[in-house]
Amino acid sequence: MSANERGQCPPHGTRPPEPSDQALRELHRVDAGDFSTAGEASASIKRVLRRMGIDPDVIRRVSVASYEVEINLVIHSFGGTMEMILDGDWLTIVSRDTGPGIEDVSLAMTEGWSTATEEVREKGFGAGMGLPNVKRNTDYFDIVSRAGVGTTMRMGFKIQ
Amino acid sequence: MAVTLNELKDALNLTELTASPDLSRTVESGYCCDLLSWVLARGAQGMAWITVQTHMNAVAIATLLDMSCVILPDNIQPEPDTLAKAGEEGVAVFVSPDNAYAICGKMWAMGIPAAAKG
Repeated sequence: MSANERGQCPPHGTRPPEPSDQALRELHRVDAGDFSTAGEASASIKRVLRRMGIDPDVIRRVSVASYEVEINLVIHSFGGTMEMILDGDWLTIVSRDTGPGIEDVSLAMTEGWSTATEEVREKGFGAGMGLPNVKRNTDYFDIVSRAGVGTTMRMGFKIQ
Repeated sequence: MAVTLNELKDALNLTELTASPDLSRTVESGYCCDLLSWVLARGAQGMAWITVQTHMNAVAIATLLDMSCVILPDNIQPEPDTLAKAGEEGVAVFVSPDNAYAICGKMWAMGIPAAAKG
């Protein structure tokens, strides 16, 4: 398998349509290693959905997936962003980081597999459940990563 | 008849650590786990969650999942930042002299169920 093939795995679900010009967008920065602010992007996304009266079950799935991704950025990345895009029937969250990238994405998607440090595990994270948890709670999920470059994840949720 | 946080506090001899949370809120279910991803996957609205995790990320999870409260067993004292965050988010945090197993048993005896599987 080439490095390119190891950097992605088959997408899950039907990809949401490209957002229109009317899409509501919100960009959040997530800093590497900052556990004290981890969850703020997810909390902000949740507040927007609540204000809009979105179904509580959808909000719960979005909260779980977005928090897992946010904590992943804190634990594993050099820092990145989470963008919320609300458009029509879909909410899309795109996470982008600047590295270090995931060498083998299929392995990272395997339940129980983790590269987290002992310190992170003591906090109750790093059990290798994050990415499978994300996928399970989304209507669409894809991940593309290049070692040394970074990782982009796209999560789609049908909100109506 | 649903149990309120106020009733839970009295029955379990809990100490309230957060300033003025809404103690009229009902407790829908109970849970005990310290692996945060596991809790994220199985947590539910209205849940009373027993954990030894005392850092801010536990509060973040309780907030995101709309839990009714976090209960720290064995008189564990949380970090000050955790309580500040819980106060901001309106999450009730209690500490109990009992261990996690005893707290679970008492909550079960009060009729607080396990959450339905999501």
